[in-house]
Amino acid sequence: MKAVATLERETRLLQGNQAIAEGAIYAGARFYAGYPITPSSEIADECAKRMPELGGMYIQMEDEMASIAAVVGASLAGAKALTATSGPGFSLMQENLGLAVMGEVPCVVVDVQRSGPSTGLATKPAQSDIMQVRWGRHGDQSVIALCPATVRECFTLTVQAFNFAERFRVPVVLMPDEIVGHMRENVALPLPGEIEVVDRKAPAGPPASYLPFKPDEDGIAPLAAYGSEYVFHVTSSMHGTDGYSNNDPANAAWRVRQLHEKIERHRDEIVLTQSYYTEDMDVLIVTLGATTRAARTAALEARAQGIKAGVLQLQTVWPFADREIAALGKRARMVVVPEMNYSGQVAGEVLKALGPGADIRRVNKFNGTIITPQDILDAMLRPAGAQTQGNQP
Amino acid sequence: MRRARSHSEIILAGSGGQGLILSGIMLAEAAMLEGKNVVQTQSYGIASRGGLSLAEVIVDEEEIIFQQVRAPDCVLALSEEAAKKYESWAARGVPMLYDSTLVAPRQGGNFIGRDFTRKASDLGNAGSVNILALAAVAAYTGVVNIASLEKLIRKRFRGAALDLNLELLAAGSELAAA
Repeated sequence: MKAVATLERETRLLQGNQAIAEGAIYAGARFYAGYPITPSSEIADECAKRMPELGGMYIQMEDEMASIAAVVGASLAGAKALTATSGPGFSLMQENLGLAVMGEVPCVVVDVQRSGPSTGLATKPAQSDIMQVRWGRHGDQSVIALCPATVRECFTLTVQAFNFAERFRVPVVLMPDEIVGHMRENVALPLPGEIEVVDRKAPAGPPASYLPFKPDEDGIAPLAAYGSEYVFHVTSSMHGTDGYSNNDPANAAWRVRQLHEKIERHRDEIVLTQSYYTEDMDVLIVTLGATTRAARTAALEARAQGIKAGVLQLQTVWPFADREIAALGKRARMVVVPEMNYSGQVAGEVLKALGPGADIRRVNKFNGTIITPQDILDAMLRPAGAQTQGNQP
Repeated sequence: MRRARSHSEIILAGSGGQGLILSGIMLAEAAMLEGKNVVQTQSYGIASRGGLSLAEVIVDEEEIIFQQVRAPDCVLALSEEAAKKYESWAARGVPMLYDSTLVAPRQGGNFIGRDFTRKASDLGNAGSVNILALAAVAAYTGVVNIASLEKLIRKRFRGAALDLNLELLAAGSELAAA
């Protein structure tokens, strides 16, 4: 009887950041190295408590460069590992995040987005790291990035982030905004076994013939753990299937393509979106993160005024949901893109997906305050071509 | 926008260090004890003491979509800065409970001044004003039952801390009724 009782679903008041830590643990993460920074610190706080309880490890590092280095090392030693930070720390992590791309090291980096540039408004929200997540590192590469809108999604998308990282041997960025990271909601977390947990593919053949960078048919190579009988080398420089330096142009071209293609081939499985009220819509709102909640309310209020609005939430930010946006955008006379940044980082990608001529309405806020349902409604009601920025306090 | 009767929105505003985010969490947990859905958000500055700090709590029997307060049922103001930020709401019919120990007197039917900090201080701990004021908000609005807050306090505290918090709860409820 007691076993049944412990499996009962417990509803808790949980903060987004706490749910991220819980999601990481559910996915099997047992290593955290980080340098606390607002608004991500509660993830470190929770991992500092929970990891040692579970036989895992928490290390407070001297800075963010060391944090991502430790995470890459832990992952190569076989652990599922994560770190969490915000804009300034995420900037410092770019170099070794590039190493994780090149060395095909599964790991999760959480960037709880706050207002910038630089240290900016440390406690205020933003959605302005969208292009940094995609292109922050030098060199040509692909990346997977997910963005939650609710506390529950903080949990489920963290599990998903680890699953993608393990399956495709890539770093995955989880990029909540400050609102979602700090928000508390009542949530009943999934029970063990309810969400699939994916582990990296281990090598099966004899150690002497192990090639750590030779992909199988699915485009992904098995990954052994440092310290096991499989001895292998990882370098940030161009390397062959054996992991050792190889400067042959044919090898370099093959490697760069392979790093892209292992994500592109599985693109449909990676691109996660959520649609609300889109069946009969003729106004589409494309959103991510907390802005999704304002957009859903705006859509419902627009419908009360006779405007058939629908919402497409980008749970996966990268790779970009261009096909999904194009499919819905074709049916819409107008596409509204609210985002907490000045430059319209998502809107630019929406324009690429829909082509010139589409009526794309940008809603940009960049003063540390949130986008409201009214801001989005105003954009729907204004004449085509007029852009507004609702940045009054 | 017409609101369902099951839907409540509360703003708890004051100065960093007064403990209002904890009040917001406790309000949310008390509502959960009553089987409601809750969203609690917060806004604060970079200083650990001082500056405007506030918690928003939304309680609903239905799903809560937009996470921020749009039309509060009540605003609590425990600092002059907080009262200034929200006093225009009172003109639009939103009741504002304010701490008359710390906030200059306001005239008008929707302003309800009470000596929250002095009362908390009389009970032995001015730093516990957050619990006392939360009790007043709950008693004034009925957003949660005082019994739910009491249940929560009994779960969270032991010994002398429990006794003090139960006294603060009773005192806050009385101030709201006064």
